[in-house]
Amino acid sequence: MSDMTSSGQMLAADGTPLKTSLARALRRQKLRALALIAPLLLFVVITFIVPIATMLFRSVENQIVSSTMPQAVELLQQWDSATGVAPDEAVYQALYFDLFKAAEAKEHTKLGTRLNYEQTGTSSLFRTSGRKLDDVGELWQDPIEDIAPALKDGETWFAMMSGTGSNTVLEERRALWASLVEEPFAGDVGITISDEIAQMLPLTTAAYADWAIYEAIEDGKDISKRDPWEAVYAGLGLDLRSDATVRAVNAYTGPHAADLQLLTANLDQMPNTMFKDAFAEMDEDWLDPEVWEAIKIYSPNYTSGYFLNAVDMKKGVETAEMRPENQQIYITLFKRTLWMSLVITASCIILGYPVAWLLANLPMRTANVLMILVLLPFWTSLLVRTSAWKVLLQQQGVINEILVWLGFVDDANRLILMNNATGTVIAMTHILMPFMILPLYSVMKTIPPSYLRAAKSLGATNFTAFRRVYFPQSVPGIGAGSILVFILAIGYYITPEIVGGTDGVLISNRIAYHISSSLNWGLAAALGSILLALVMVLYWLYDRIVGIDNVKLGG
Amino acid sequence: MTDLGDDQSFVKFDRVQKSYDGENLVVKDLNLAMPQGEFLTMLGPSGSGKTTCLMMLAGFETATHGEILLDGKPINNIPPHKRGIGMVFQNYALFPHMTVAENLAFPLEVRKLGKSEREAKVKRALDMVQMGDFGGRRPAQLSGGQQQRVALARALVFEPELVLMDEPLGALDKQLREHMQFEITRLAHELGITTVYVTHDQTEALTMSDRVAVFEDGRIQQLAAPDTLYEEPDNSFVAQFIGENNTLEGIVTELKGPDLCTVKLDGGEIIEAKPVNVSAVGDRTRVSIRPERVEMSMDRLQEGAHTLKAEVLEFIYMGDIFRTRLRVAGNEEFVVKTRNAPDQPRLTPGTQIEIGWLPEDCRALDA
Amino acid sequence: MQIKNIVSAVSVLALMAGTASADGEMANDMTLVSWGGAYQQSQINAYADPYVAMNEGVSVTWDESSAEAVAKLRAMNEAGNITWDVVDVVASDALRLCDEGLALEIDADEDLAPAPDGTSAADDFGDLMVGDCFIPQIVYSTTFGYRTDMVPAGVEPPNDICDVFDIDTYPGLRSLEKRPINNVEWALLCDGVAKEDVYDVLETEEGQERALAKLGTIKDNVIWWSAGADTPQLLADGEVFIGSTYNGRLFAAIEEQDQPIGMMWDAQVFDLDGWIIPEGLSDERLARAKDFIYFATDTQRLADQAKYISYGPARLSSAPLVGQHATLGIDMAQHMPTDPANAQNTFLYNYEFWADYRDDIDAKFQAWLAQ
Repeated sequence: MSDMTSSGQMLAADGTPLKTSLARALRRQKLRALALIAPLLLFVVITFIVPIATMLFRSVENQIVSSTMPQAVELLQQWDSATGVAPDEAVYQALYFDLFKAAEAKEHTKLGTRLNYEQTGTSSLFRTSGRKLDDVGELWQDPIEDIAPALKDGETWFAMMSGTGSNTVLEERRALWASLVEEPFAGDVGITISDEIAQMLPLTTAAYADWAIYEAIEDGKDISKRDPWEAVYAGLGLDLRSDATVRAVNAYTGPHAADLQLLTANLDQMPNTMFKDAFAEMDEDWLDPEVWEAIKIYSPNYTSGYFLNAVDMKKGVETAEMRPENQQIYITLFKRTLWMSLVITASCIILGYPVAWLLANLPMRTANVLMILVLLPFWTSLLVRTSAWKVLLQQQGVINEILVWLGFVDDANRLILMNNATGTVIAMTHILMPFMILPLYSVMKTIPPSYLRAAKSLGATNFTAFRRVYFPQSVPGIGAGSILVFILAIGYYITPEIVGGTDGVLISNRIAYHISSSLNWGLAAALGSILLALVMVLYWLYDRIVGIDNVKLGG
Repeated sequence: MTDLGDDQSFVKFDRVQKSYDGENLVVKDLNLAMPQGEFLTMLGPSGSGKTTCLMMLAGFETATHGEILLDGKPINNIPPHKRGIGMVFQNYALFPHMTVAENLAFPLEVRKLGKSEREAKVKRALDMVQMGDFGGRRPAQLSGGQQQRVALARALVFEPELVLMDEPLGALDKQLREHMQFEITRLAHELGITTVYVTHDQTEALTMSDRVAVFEDGRIQQLAAPDTLYEEPDNSFVAQFIGENNTLEGIVTELKGPDLCTVKLDGGEIIEAKPVNVSAVGDRTRVSIRPERVEMSMDRLQEGAHTLKAEVLEFIYMGDIFRTRLRVAGNEEFVVKTRNAPDQPRLTPGTQIEIGWLPEDCRALDA
Repeated sequence: MQIKNIVSAVSVLALMAGTASADGEMANDMTLVSWGGAYQQSQINAYADPYVAMNEGVSVTWDESSAEAVAKLRAMNEAGNITWDVVDVVASDALRLCDEGLALEIDADEDLAPAPDGTSAADDFGDLMVGDCFIPQIVYSTTFGYRTDMVPAGVEPPNDICDVFDIDTYPGLRSLEKRPINNVEWALLCDGVAKEDVYDVLETEEGQERALAKLGTIKDNVIWWSAGADTPQLLADGEVFIGSTYNGRLFAAIEEQDQPIGMMWDAQVFDLDGWIIPEGLSDERLARAKDFIYFATDTQRLADQAKYISYGPARLSSAPLVGQHATLGIDMAQHMPTDPANAQNTFLYNYEFWADYRDDIDAKFQAWLAQ
């Protein structure tokens, strides 16, 4: 059916080159195969890959600082924390306008919570300051409204700010809002800001644009009828501190120029307040260089801070250093988690091996009953199982009672079997046992009894036959069971929480704490990522040493 | 080589019984004696007790009653690893995690042989089965026949005096099987090993063995050399089980002497046969005639031989032989085999013919 | 551009739908979140059942997730799908939810009923309105219970917080919560710090060290609990001599289960539990949630809850209305943490302090535990 062209290429029956024709046929097959697995692929991506990627991302993500106080953060880059002196007025001024917006959108407390993980006290610093920002604005608002009563009225402001222009300020401010609130902030604000005003009164325009966008888009109001917020007056007051601006205003002829000129004529009634002082009055922690240092350290969009925290280190301006000893916990917990998971895995092997052997070698009927006993724990709620262990292990519990009754243990010196590492090992060995027994069983089931017989017929004692012939063949089952148990143990937290006391809790308990209690999800994600990396390294080591081909979950 | 005195027997089963559940006997009153160097096959359908006997001999099953003796000593209470019996398993049971050489060295290691001695013996054993170059391979990398050879070498490498083989060729294809049958017998005879071989393949049993024990229902039905077994089956089960056989049922009407009797078939025809286990006139009997001993050309029969009428039902050309199915005395499964010779007629179905046989080829057995 | 238009068109539609239904339309389904157990049952009896009886067609679903409410609300907010309408949380969680912008700000005088005598809700609740989003419901306390039969012979039963730290006089195990809050305050009180100075001392490194050092004197005798039910269970099993937990849990163990347990009210720490409404509800659901809150936090309703559980109503005006236990028939007033006999020496949880210092002190506390 095929032919050769003069160039020696194989041709299909219809004259197309055979290779092309083959590729097309294969592609169709591949597409069909892909379509078949597409639902599964989608499921895996959505439920597995996306969450892991999100977690990895969350452990380094840190946009909140620069999106909440973009202008202050930018100015802060020039500040040197080593001087031990708080930054200068410009930073505080930028902070005011940033924080005012954030407070209106209730975003400032989020930043406070975030920074509180790094610098104790920032949580209330931001919360209480947020409430006092209006007061600072009123320092200007009151005299301005006294001097030029028309500026009390939103309509005056709207007329004054409107004009012809490219609205670049508005669009810039819109972008800042969008990154702060993480919403697009799209839509018509209903104003074209006069370029002339924007050039003459930059701070006023920026503050007014901020207000206009928020009012129009977030609250859905018609801004031409609404009174602007306090920060706009503060902006105007600041603009008028410059002589050049005062001259420009005096020469200005646009709408409500007269009202502005009333202000320039009465500059002596305007306050001289410095923002640095205003913030210091809100809370003197604002003068603390440590607060500013924390802000500066955490101002980049991505940070290694969470990971450093997760290994008991602290991020500095340029370097990272170990935390003081009384705050170090995670490395201890990682070590303990690995060690205890190993102990649990070993106990599972020791106790599970004979059970799996019985399962594989008993007659079917007996084996089935035994199998149900092995699986029974699976059908009971984890909490019930763990609580049952509590009843057994506590000092007035069943085991101690029996030991005391038998006279093995003195009543005054009952064994401490729970609220410590022993409790965790005992309960988790029991809970994870099926994960060891089942792979072992399925591997043992495939080892024909004739191997043992052959070994014996060749002269091996029972023990030698087991050690040299049976055991090596069951190793893949041990490998599979160990990987399962170890990885599950590394991530367990409910059981250690209930029976682990203080020295039986694992790293997952801290992860759970940071997820549900401290809400430090970034740190939880970093701890989780490290755990994931550890598991992968161990898996790699296992592959190097034992070989992953030597893992079998069944025949 | 029939009955042996105690002094001569190397392996001896003495009134051995075996029951798994306490209700049914799997092996019933087994008596067997083997001289050293004999190749004995236990042949029987599945469930006949042959494998159980082998396992009792190997030590993996214990006898419920009776005694098994090896070289005159009772071994009932000796664990398998101390019996020193080589064994080849049905699926070879080569240890998959060891190389071929390690597999062979295993029995030597557990016997604490030195390294150099071990290596020499392993090499010799592998050479013996023509597997000298495969010492470094894993069992999974070998073909079925090669695995079979290794298993054999492993069972022989520690020089046991008795080797047990449990259907060792079952998994091989026909050609390889025939080749290995030859190899195994050759080795067994060369090395002078006593061999107990279990199979359900009668051809294997007949071609390989010095003697064959036919098992059925937990008993040895007949223990004899292959030719005796084939030519002179003791009872109708053996006659049926070994080779092809035609059976006609009837009643003994006259006992003419130790080697001759007359039987009236159920269809009324009278034939002569050799009485084997019929004892009195009036006994019901099954008369057994091998298909190749039936004559269709009367000139080959002796004077005075009985003949029967037969109708050809089917003629099958099989190359070396012709196989003709006949209706004889009401039996429609009566088969005659004839050599493919130029003078042999090729019968067409429906032809009426006459057949006959020598009385000594026709054995009157139990009903 | 296309997409932008569609998005804005949709949001306009949504806005229109929102405003259209805002006047009076309320959702009929409501999911309330609480702590489960006896406490949730008291809320069902006192609030939800009467409310459903009054409002035909309203159905209430309960979710026992209050312990993880903050984390779950944050996750819901990130997913953009709030499934809860009214959530019961402790005050400190309410403060955090408010800080995170996850809870709705409440206008006490508009959203809450005034007292029967006309006192405004803001005044009736007083300073219990912590933060801008929290609607207080009950005052509970974290206090101690002890095994009456394990008090050594010839010794007074414990009646001072420092008896907890006195291993010689009162041998046996203690159970304390596995977190620094309350424990460090008690430790400082018993280390000679005056009540009003506790938080000032705790702000300093040395103060924190001092508190942990004091706790260290009984560290080997402590079982650390993480669930409120642990201490009553440990006491009932005779595993510990004395332990801290919520006073309502101890009430249930003593009065309902007849366990040989006594209350030690000294230095009990008052805390608040109440409602928040999640931010981001649709107008109909918000209207329903506010309607429920208005009803469920009025003077009578708060007093009713005390019939079922020994927590004090958060309104001043409810206190005189507290009656007898609904099934046991005992006078509830004397079992309230706020009862003058019990409240001779009390301690008020400092929300602002713990909002700031929680992460820091907790890290030190956990490191100390792990040592």
